[in-house]
Amino acid sequence: METLTKAKKTTKKEKTLKIKGAEAVVKSLLAEGIDLIYGYPGGAIMPVYDEFYKYQDKLHHVLTRHEQGAIHAAQGYARVSGKVGVAIATSGPGATNLMTGIADAQIDSTPVVCITGQVGSNLLGSDAFQETDIVSMSTTVTKWNYQITKASEIPEVLAKAFYIAKSGRPGPVLIDITKDAQFGELDFEYKKCKKIRSYNPIPEMDITQVLAAAELINKAKKPFIIFGQGVILANAEEELKELIEKADIPAASTLLGLSAIPTEHEFNMGMVGMHGHYAPNVLTNECDVLIAIGMRFDDRVTGNLETYAKQAKVIHFDIDPSEIDKNVKTNVAVLGTVKETLAALNPLINSNINKKWHQEFKDLHKIEHEAIIHPEINPTKEKLTMGEVINAINKETKGEAIIVSDVGQNQMFASRYANFKQSKSVVTSGGLGTMGFSLPASVGAKLGAPSREVVAIIGDGGFQMTIQELGTIMQTKVPVKIVVLNNEFLGMVRQWQEMFFDKRYASTVMTNPDFISIVKGYGIKAKRVNKRENLSVAVSEMIASKDSYFLEVIVEKEGNVFPMIPTGATVSDVRLK
Amino acid sequence: MKKQIYTISIYTENNLGLLNRISSIFLKRHINIESLTASSSEIENVTRLIIVAHLTEEKVKKVIGQIEKQIEVIKAYYHTNEESIYIQSALFKIKSNLLFDERQIQNIIKNSNAQIVTVSPEFFVIEKSGRKEEIDALYDELLPFGIMQFVRSGRISVTKEEMKISELLKKQLN
Repeated sequence: METLTKAKKTTKKEKTLKIKGAEAVVKSLLAEGIDLIYGYPGGAIMPVYDEFYKYQDKLHHVLTRHEQGAIHAAQGYARVSGKVGVAIATSGPGATNLMTGIADAQIDSTPVVCITGQVGSNLLGSDAFQETDIVSMSTTVTKWNYQITKASEIPEVLAKAFYIAKSGRPGPVLIDITKDAQFGELDFEYKKCKKIRSYNPIPEMDITQVLAAAELINKAKKPFIIFGQGVILANAEEELKELIEKADIPAASTLLGLSAIPTEHEFNMGMVGMHGHYAPNVLTNECDVLIAIGMRFDDRVTGNLETYAKQAKVIHFDIDPSEIDKNVKTNVAVLGTVKETLAALNPLINSNINKKWHQEFKDLHKIEHEAIIHPEINPTKEKLTMGEVINAINKETKGEAIIVSDVGQNQMFASRYANFKQSKSVVTSGGLGTMGFSLPASVGAKLGAPSREVVAIIGDGGFQMTIQELGTIMQTKVPVKIVVLNNEFLGMVRQWQEMFFDKRYASTVMTNPDFISIVKGYGIKAKRVNKRENLSVAVSEMIASKDSYFLEVIVEKEGNVFPMIPTGATVSDVRLK
Repeated sequence: MKKQIYTISIYTENNLGLLNRISSIFLKRHINIESLTASSSEIENVTRLIIVAHLTEEKVKKVIGQIEKQIEVIKAYYHTNEESIYIQSALFKIKSNLLFDERQIQNIIKNSNAQIVTVSPEFFVIEKSGRKEEIDALYDELLPFGIMQFVRSGRISVTKEEMKISELLKKQLN
């Protein structure tokens, strides 16, 4: 009782108490429920770091080894937790080092708030030490950005930042705070932002469009669903499952939609796109109604737009009006969160069983299984394949792990061969294809979902782009499992060189260091496997480890990912070899 | 699809950096902005931008989508020339002696409905508002006499249809 009254008194007092801008930054973060941030200190952000020191029992700061690591960790955290990730850096190089991750978060709709320090407002525009115009630079890759030059702006602007990052179609927000604003004083009062008059995050659902969609779906003989990350962002997994099951519709995922529906679900036909599964790619051009749910028809999904699903009526469910007709012309567009729109649609849907249509998927899947999947996971060649490594991890984790893949062949093998039982199990750089994403993102993923197993799957190229984050893992003791698939090549580029550039392997051969020595230098358990008979034991040892663990697997040098839709080809011309 | 001139009207909050955001949308898609005007609008604290560009209807729709997506943009519209009432202004600076030596100039000014804004011993300034073609015609007529300076403003326009911005703002706040 006594403590209660005491607490009340202090809050009352706080309202009128003048505090510094830097403290207001911390208090604003706490008011948003943030207890974990990722960053790197430097001159122009030092006042805020000083407050971190004072508030360290309430706000945990993860010191990464590079600002890019901080933003990717924040992204990994946001993707698995559904919360806003926060990254913080100093001005100049600190801020520019965040840019790749900001662009990544923009294209993959990840809610992150970046806070950057800035030189004092009296120095703006004078080419001061570590001054960059980060607001201009980040304009095209942020959902919103703003430069604070007065301490009194801090609570309101940060409240806006969190609201914008998380609401509607999520995205990155950058707030640049001049040093004098951090030192300046203000009367602190925090009000969460609930509305901005020029911003309409969720367009109103138009029931006539829902009815039109239902009519098309009920009449369809060969309906086909492609679902994307919008389903996960809207927490609409159950609604999607209900639709698929009720209407008997085969469904496939985009790269970022993976895990929204369990891999083993009988109507889950796998992944569409450049290295997606054979059946859903081929049958995209055979379906009569294509139902796109929370996805954006990326060119890696559609191949040549001129020949993409031309036979089909297209229904597009999305939260972002600018996605409608952007790449693929739709017959019916249903705006709103897919949770709301699918919930409105489902009662209008009839069961519509077409066994023949499902059989077409099964037949094509059988072709892919025999030509590609089976030989990949049961190879007769001496060298290990990437597919069999992922398969071994699958067996050990039973599909319960969060897979954080990097970019390239490792990413495509991880996405094709990993099993997912629950949603938010996939963290990868989809739209931007940022090599080096996985290692720092896995740190954020583990901190965002501490009870889950987190396995990073990385190539030898991408691993060396953010290898310094081993230091973050060492210092924070975050128990992530790191698998490097080492083929001593930049594998995906090499595959393209093999297929489209007459095997001229320009700058794709890697001379690598001894990864085991490096990782051991960071005090992380490490093992190398290059023989099939040692693989499963090594994987189970890794998964069983309570601490972080590094497993390097030497895989065949010139393995290729198939199926493949070459750039600009028609989706149904997906190649099996 | 055929390219044509579209007038894009954007109602926005008056915020630093927003113009940068909007012009980037054009730059990213390699669309040249033919003219751009920023001014206050009929609503307090709301800025109106008028951008003229030459593009297809398909593209202008996508551009509008991207513009409206920006947090501080309240609403954006696109209109063809037929759907809007628009003018531009131009100033011509000409040597004063011509006004007396070349009688024809006085007729040109009169016939083109231009105004003399100022006359000094060295130069005089003519102002002409109207469509771009009318300004171009006046330019062509004055050119042989020598134009010391010429400047033309961006297009300003109002639409024939009603814009319900105030209602929209009220709705968003409720």
